[in-house]
Amino acid sequence: MNAVIDTTNGSLYWPIDDEAGHVPYGVFTDARIYEVEQERIFRGDNWSFVGLTAELPDPGDFKATYIGDTPVIVTRDREGGINVMTNRCAHRGALVCRSARGNIDELECVYHQWKYDMQGKLIGVPFRRGLGGRGGMPEGFRMEQHGLDRLRVDTVGHLIFATFSDKVEPLRDYLGAVIVNHIERICHSPIRVLGDERQLVQGNWKLYAENTRDPYHASLLHLFHTTFGLYRSTQKGGSWMDDKKRHTVLTASQGTDEGKMEGYDGLRTFNAEFTLKDPSLLAGRKEFDDGVTLVILTTFPNLVLQQIANTLAVRQTVTKGPGQFELVWTQFGYEEDDEEMQKIRNKQGNLIGPAGLISMEDGEAVEIVHEAIIRDQEEASYIGMGGGKAEDTEHLVTESAVIGFWQYYRETMQVDAGAS
Amino acid sequence: MELNKLSAMELQYHVEQLQGRYVECIDDDRLEQWPEFFVEDCMYKIISRENHERGLPAAAIFCDSRGMLVDRIVSLRNANVYAEHNYRHVLSNVLIQGLNESVISVQSNYLVLQTKTDGATEIYNAGKYMDKIVADGDGLRFKEKIAIFDTHQIKSLLVTPI
Repeated sequence: MNAVIDTTNGSLYWPIDDEAGHVPYGVFTDARIYEVEQERIFRGDNWSFVGLTAELPDPGDFKATYIGDTPVIVTRDREGGINVMTNRCAHRGALVCRSARGNIDELECVYHQWKYDMQGKLIGVPFRRGLGGRGGMPEGFRMEQHGLDRLRVDTVGHLIFATFSDKVEPLRDYLGAVIVNHIERICHSPIRVLGDERQLVQGNWKLYAENTRDPYHASLLHLFHTTFGLYRSTQKGGSWMDDKKRHTVLTASQGTDEGKMEGYDGLRTFNAEFTLKDPSLLAGRKEFDDGVTLVILTTFPNLVLQQIANTLAVRQTVTKGPGQFELVWTQFGYEEDDEEMQKIRNKQGNLIGPAGLISMEDGEAVEIVHEAIIRDQEEASYIGMGGGKAEDTEHLVTESAVIGFWQYYRETMQVDAGAS
Repeated sequence: MELNKLSAMELQYHVEQLQGRYVECIDDDRLEQWPEFFVEDCMYKIISRENHERGLPAAAIFCDSRGMLVDRIVSLRNANVYAEHNYRHVLSNVLIQGLNESVISVQSNYLVLQTKTDGATEIYNAGKYMDKIVADGDGLRFKEKIAIFDTHQIKSLLVTPI
């Protein structure tokens, strides 16, 4: 068996899990699998993140983004409601919205000037009844039948999600209580958007989904985390999932592992010699009463919500074929932030994003895997740290949430367990 | 150096010399010397045009002291993980916009070409510098250097200063 996908029946080959999880490398590189993912994951029975409510504060505000690789428009309508529509004119399929964001009275396709209101309803068709008795649309043409394709939309906290599916459960049920509680913990008061950063990573989007569910790597790849104690696997923390294991929250609390760090002796990323000439970078403020200083929350398939020290951000994955994805970072603070807090967030912004002293390395980790797995599609990884089971843990020496991701991936991709 | 006593041509000459030496320092990978192009109490920022034009603060790199510049380089050498690469800056359109109270305001365009170990050279980042330059001892240094980049889709990652 050389191919991971069987084109005759669409089934995927998958090695049987034993004491560890195994993921065949072809799942990251095969263009046919990417096509199935667009239909069954991004356009299937899952909720995708599309933006923050604070990006669309006023009626008429819009934002163009993607779910998987399908272009969509997010709008705030006259009544204050949020709408998500496919960004494709119902006439001849052109992009209706060609700016990244803005404020407008109505959406207008430049090709033939078809006009839609902010809910996607068709409100104008030039020459609809012809000119001087000639031309015009057919008798049976009904404006109400030619609106933009609308998606289901819902919000939790300040996060907007949308889905193409009529079947998927309501958003809160989809996310589950653990995830909803953690989103609401961070979204405790109105937020202020601080800006976007965009990182184009040369690798498969699922390698980043693994990376952000993996507390094992975080103190081994990132020297900043380990040396300055922003995150270490010896800290108090854990890894929790929803019932279906598709979403994860990883937490850690700084300052809870003094005297317990012997495992880091001799590792590259623990370097007591490394000090900052200007330590103001890490001079932050305690923000949450629960003492948790790091949260990496992932929701299937395309969101990371993070709190690292005093940085807050969402990271949205936009797929661009099997070998490339864009990571859109939107940093935010709270409206109530005083001047000092705004300065802290600005400065700690150095830790995250494509130039982040911590997070730049995740892009590199994805790329070095993607480069190495280009052949030997049926060969598989070994994911066993912490016991190789998709179980919640109250420690950070685990890959359990990575196992959970793949368990749900197979379910939503309709892969029979152990099929080959 | 007394800036007020320089002719417009002399000022242009000194500014272009500074900017030329600045990009040469980065392109030749003498990054330990890079912070020396700035005064102690400086501002260095790399920010997307997308954020800058909306008046939003989120920057890729934000340093408000020379110490933070040193930390970036120490981190690049000892902490961060990234693919080997070289930069080649191309500078153009160096426009002195004003000289006020011994601060020269300068805008210029830049292009950064990046070459990795496979030998392929790509356009990595295009943008403009907005500089505030002051006389410091015998020469000029940057009081403020803001690189506003058009290429807001950063390829892979950004570790080397622009």
